[in-house]
Amino acid sequence: MLEDNIDDLYDTAPCGNLSTLLDGTIAKVNATLLGWLGYSRDELVGRRRFSDLLTVGGRLYHETHFAPLLQMQGEVNGIALELRCADGSRLPVLVTSAVKTGGDGQPLLIRTTIFDARERRAYEKELLHARQEADADRERLQGLVAGLQHSLLPDMLPAPPRMQVSAYYHMASADRIGGDFYDLFPLTADRWGFFLGDVCGKGLAAAATTAAARYTLRTAAAYEPDPTLVLTHLNSALYQNYDSPSHRHCTVVFGILTPTSAGYSVTIAGGGHPAPMLLRADGTVEAQDVGGTLIGSLRTPNVATRTFSLTAGDTLILYSDGLLEARIDPSTDRYGEDALEAFLARSTPSTAPAAVEALTGVLATFERLDDDVALMAMSLRHPAPDS
Amino acid sequence: MLAHGFGCDQNMWRQITARLGEQSRVLLFDHVGAGRSDPSAWDPDRYATLDGYAQDVLEICRDLDLRDVIFVGHSVSAMIGVLAVAEEADRFAGLVLVTPSPCYIDQDDYRGGFSRDDIDELLDSLDSNYLGWSATMAPVIMGNPDRPELGQELTASFCRTDPTIAKAFARVTFLSDQRADLPRVSVPTLVLQSAQDAIAPREVGAYVNAHIPGSRLVTLDATGHCPQLSAPQATAQAIASFVAECR
Repeated sequence: MLEDNIDDLYDTAPCGNLSTLLDGTIAKVNATLLGWLGYSRDELVGRRRFSDLLTVGGRLYHETHFAPLLQMQGEVNGIALELRCADGSRLPVLVTSAVKTGGDGQPLLIRTTIFDARERRAYEKELLHARQEADADRERLQGLVAGLQHSLLPDMLPAPPRMQVSAYYHMASADRIGGDFYDLFPLTADRWGFFLGDVCGKGLAAAATTAAARYTLRTAAAYEPDPTLVLTHLNSALYQNYDSPSHRHCTVVFGILTPTSAGYSVTIAGGGHPAPMLLRADGTVEAQDVGGTLIGSLRTPNVATRTFSLTAGDTLILYSDGLLEARIDPSTDRYGEDALEAFLARSTPSTAPAAVEALTGVLATFERLDDDVALMAMSLRHPAPDS
Repeated sequence: MLAHGFGCDQNMWRQITARLGEQSRVLLFDHVGAGRSDPSAWDPDRYATLDGYAQDVLEICRDLDLRDVIFVGHSVSAMIGVLAVAEEADRFAGLVLVTPSPCYIDQDDYRGGFSRDDIDELLDSLDSNYLGWSATMAPVIMGNPDRPELGQELTASFCRTDPTIAKAFARVTFLSDQRADLPRVSVPTLVLQSAQDAIAPREVGAYVNAHIPGSRLVTLDATGHCPQLSAPQATAQAIASFVAECR
C-alpha cells in the first residue's frame, strides 16, 4: 500500500487548508492556498484575519451569515465567497468551516477548507442568468395573459335605470387564458341585452372563440329582437368552423331586459349553461333553468327561452360552471348547484354588489379552482321613499 | 424586547436570554421575512424603509400593551429602535444599540466604512449563496450534536430567508441613512460595540454615542459584528447592568 505523507497531504492538498483563531486571525495555512492567493506564509500567519481575505461584499456576508452560523452550529458548509488575491484579482471559492473544540467542549480554533470554484461559479452564473430570464419571461407572459383576458371583458358594466350591477372574473391560471365572458349593454332607449358564457378549454383558441362569441352576440343583439335567434346566429358563426382544429363550442345565457311598471321583464335564452339564480326580495331562490344545447356543436341547436319578472329587491345572478366544479377540499365532491342554491338561500335577499362579494368570498374558500369563474349580478333597487 | 439584525433571526439571542430573564421579562420576535415569521405578511412597500419595521415594533408594544420597554436592537435593528423610540418615547424606558450603524456608506466627511459598490457586491453574494442554499439543501443546516440545546427545528431557519426578501432587507439595511434621527432619541441609551467589527467600526459607534444626547458607549472585548454570540457573557452583563440602572 502506498503511504501518503500527512504533512505533505496537508500542505499540497487539492484544496486550501486554513486554521484561524476564534477572532479570525490566521494561525496556519497550506501551500495550495498561498499559491492561489499569491501571498507568502509570513504575510498571512499572525497578521491577517480570514475576513481580510474576502471582498467587501463577502465580508458583509461573512459577518451577517457565516460567522453567526458557525458560532451557533459549530460548522458551516459550502458557502460561496470570493477571495482577494495579492495581485488584486478575485478567486471564487466554496468555503466550509468547522470549530475545533478542546476536551472541555470549549472552542479552540476554526478549521476551514477552501475549494476553487471558478468553473462552478461560471456555471452558476449561467444558471442564475437563465433563471432571471425565465422569471422575466414568465412575468411578461402573465402580464400578456392578464391583459388579453382583460381585453375580452368589458371595462365596466353600465347599470340600467333603477338597477345595480356587479361582475367578477377569477383567473384560475396566471399563464393560461380562460374562455369565460360576459357583458351588459343598451339595445334601444329602454331595452338592454346581457350575456354570460363559457367557451370550452383554455388558451389561444379559446380566447379567439371568446372574442368572436362576444362580438357576435353584441352585433346579433343589435338587429335581432328575439333572444332565440341571437343564440342561433352565434351557433352558426361557431359551427361554421366545426372542422377546424381551433373550433370551440360554448355554453351561454343570453337575455333581454324590457322595462315594466314594476321593474323589468327578463327573457333569457339558454345554450347548455348552468341555471341563473334569481334571489327574490321575499327571500326565496329560484333556479331559472333554461336548458338548451351547447352552442357551436350542432348544425341546428335547441335553444330554449323563459321569461320572468325582476321587481324591487330581486337579484339575478349569472355564473360560469367553474363555480360549480370547484372543490372545497380534494376529498369532497364538487361544489355543485345544490350547494350554491343553499348558500344563496342564506344570502337572500341581496343586491348585485353584495351577491358578487358573497360569492367571491365562497371562491376564496375553495381548495382547488381548476377553471376560470365569471360572475355577473343585476339587482333592482327599492324605489326611494317619497320625500 | 430583543430585535435581531439583518441575516439571521431571534436565535441570535439564545446565549444571553437566560441571563437577561433573571431580572426582566424577555420578549423575542422575528422580523417579517426572517426566521419563522409568516412569509405572506411580507409587503415590499411597507418594508421599503426601516420605518415599516419600526411600525411593527410599535404595533407589538401596543398589542401587548407594553410599557417601560427596554429595546435591544442588534445591527440594523438598533436603528429600527431609534425610529420607534423617536416616534413613541413614552413606551420605552431605555434603548440598547448593539453594534449600531446609522449609515453604512461613506458620505462627505462621514465614514460608514462602505461604498455603494460594496453593497452591490453583497447582493451578489446573497444571490450566489441562495443558489446553493436551495430548498433541497435545507436539511444540511441542522443542530450540532455537541450542543443539543440548539434544536434542529430552531436552527433550520436561522440565517435563511426567502432570497427576494433577503435582498430587499439587505438593500434597506445597508442603504439607509438614519443619522438625522439619532438626536431624536430621548430615553437613556447604551451603545454596545465590539473592539473589532468589520461592519460597524469603532468610529461609527463613537459617532452614534456623540449624536444621541446623554448616551453611554461601552466597547466590549469582542470580535465581530455579533458580540452576543462571540462574547455572550460580557454582552449579557453590559445589558443587564444598564437594565438595572433604568429601573
